[in-house]
Amino acid sequence: MDVILFLIFAVIAVVCAINVVVQTHPISSAISLVGVMGSLAVLYLLLGAEFIAAAQVIVYAGAIMVLFVFVIMLLNAGAESKRGRSFMAQLLGAPLLIALLGLLAYFVQRLFPRSVAVHFGGFTHGTPLDIGRALFTTYLLPFEVTSVLILIAILGAIVLARKEMD
Amino acid sequence: MTAVPISWFLTLSAVLFVLGVAGFLFRRSVITVFMSIELMLNAVNLSFVTFSYQLKEVNGHLFAFFVMVVAAAEAAVGLAIILTVFKNRGTLNIDDVDSMKN
Amino acid sequence: MDSFIVISLIKTVVVFAALLGTLLYLQWVERKVLAHIQVRPGPYRVGPHGLLQPIADVIKLMTKEDLIPPYVNRPLYLAAPFIAMTMALLPISVIPFGPTIEVAGYRTWMQLTDLNIGVLFVLAVSSMGVYGIALAGWSSNNKYALLGGLRSSAQMISYELPLSLAIAAPLLISNTLSLRKLVESQEGGILHWNVLHGPFPQILSCLIFLIAGFAETNRVPFDLPEAENELVAGFHVEYSSMKFASFFMSEYANMITVSSMATVLFLGGWVAPWPAKYGSSLVPAILFAGAGAVALYHGMHPGRRRDRLTLPVFGAAFLVIAAVFLLPVVQQWLLPLFWFCAKTGLVLFTFMWVRGTLPRLRYDQLMGFTWKFLFPVAVANLLVTGFLIAWFS
Repeated sequence: MDVILFLIFAVIAVVCAINVVVQTHPISSAISLVGVMGSLAVLYLLLGAEFIAAAQVIVYAGAIMVLFVFVIMLLNAGAESKRGRSFMAQLLGAPLLIALLGLLAYFVQRLFPRSVAVHFGGFTHGTPLDIGRALFTTYLLPFEVTSVLILIAILGAIVLARKEMD
Repeated sequence: MTAVPISWFLTLSAVLFVLGVAGFLFRRSVITVFMSIELMLNAVNLSFVTFSYQLKEVNGHLFAFFVMVVAAAEAAVGLAIILTVFKNRGTLNIDDVDSMKN
Repeated sequence: MDSFIVISLIKTVVVFAALLGTLLYLQWVERKVLAHIQVRPGPYRVGPHGLLQPIADVIKLMTKEDLIPPYVNRPLYLAAPFIAMTMALLPISVIPFGPTIEVAGYRTWMQLTDLNIGVLFVLAVSSMGVYGIALAGWSSNNKYALLGGLRSSAQMISYELPLSLAIAAPLLISNTLSLRKLVESQEGGILHWNVLHGPFPQILSCLIFLIAGFAETNRVPFDLPEAENELVAGFHVEYSSMKFASFFMSEYANMITVSSMATVLFLGGWVAPWPAKYGSSLVPAILFAGAGAVALYHGMHPGRRRDRLTLPVFGAAFLVIAAVFLLPVVQQWLLPLFWFCAKTGLVLFTFMWVRGTLPRLRYDQLMGFTWKFLFPVAVANLLVTGFLIAWFS
């Protein structure tokens, strides 16, 4: 049952990811990326990461991608033109990327034998209680630093987006 | 066999990461390049959560959480930069934004 | 294991039938409430007191020509109402309607499923609902629809911030994200409801939640993006017949979700205002008997000729319902359901009341209101709640 769930959502994730890379119009890529994030959220639930799954949908799919979709709709730049694509780069790059993927997959298979297996309910410490406890004790400093980071990002976005005052 | 071997999750993460790299290298539109970066970050998040399952600790979830927060901040600033570049150059093709070259 | 599946299927069918029926008749209630605020009868001719009006509307919308303009982006155009409707109907699966009940020997909750992260699930699904509107505006290939869709989506994501902060404050008191445990932590009477509980009564959080809920569901006074006289009705201008109806239904379903969440988070869910041993079980029977008596009294000297038949029939029906509330065999599940529906109905009535009373905010006033006033107030409310809870624990 878990295997079927994993296979369905892994296939959806890979198909949507290929779509992100292959589609010409940015809005189709953006919607496919939302599909990738949704299927990853289901995979997180399978891994027992319930808070991260909810955060993935709320933050990533529901806020960051909405921002992308807004910018694409506002700019209205249309589909990507074919000019400037270097065929030589694709000819050299694609086999190298496939080699990288093969290398990663081989080492993953060798280092992680089939003994450790993921089943639904195998990890129960991904609750908001555990995340909150770790966030406010062990990871308090990174938490405060990221709040400053978000403040800097807000200020940067406001400065970049305002009109020039003459 | 009702359990999924962990290597499958990590292989999926590798596949998504390589697809993100392919999009980053081969696409010409700035927004699609940015979306490929987000795809790579998602692949890495999946790795973090998988390792957290294997080691039975919650720290991997915390790392994934911080990656999400940083990605949000980066997306906000990056999209603001893209808007400014579009306002000044009128194009989203990264080959045309080369005035610092030579 | 398979009794679980069968019970879940039965519960799903019951809940969705009730939800779709409520969606249909919520529109009737809204039209009647707005009409009586404006001193006119409202839908009156189609069936007794207009009760068949929603069915007439459904037949009209289904038989209209389903036009797909040739210049639209077809996949996104067809997907947008589907996304909006799905995300509007999903949250009802985690709302608790009552406690554990025992029917024919099987114990089950009056809720479809209780997630550990129930509150986060509702927030996540409502965040995804923005896509339905944004894609509808974009795919229509029409500048008015695009502007309406962008304005509506920007409004929805801006108001998600005070909404989430207003939700976080009662969670500090109840200490759980599961909706069932939220309601169970508010048991014991009106002084234990989150709106009046603890070191800091959450009245301000409730108000912020409701105001943000008005904006999230695109209702007056925040309905500029989709009002009929603004921007040619906004993002759904190119939609006709059933797709238009699905945007309409998704707005009402979002209203039901926001009202149910307000009830569960602040007003105590299915918990009666005072314990049953002091007689709160008789309240529904008294209310319905009173309604029946009023209907029968007016039925004796009706103002209009048609009411000579309908008002006594309604009076008799209300008295029968009042008698049903006194049967002990159904009181176990009917009373909590009554209290939940009464509270949700009160919040929904507030939605309609506000629609009939307040004027519309202009778009820059609406966005300025959230970023400059509502968000700082929500942050301050959360800080004060957290501080007082830490002080008194």
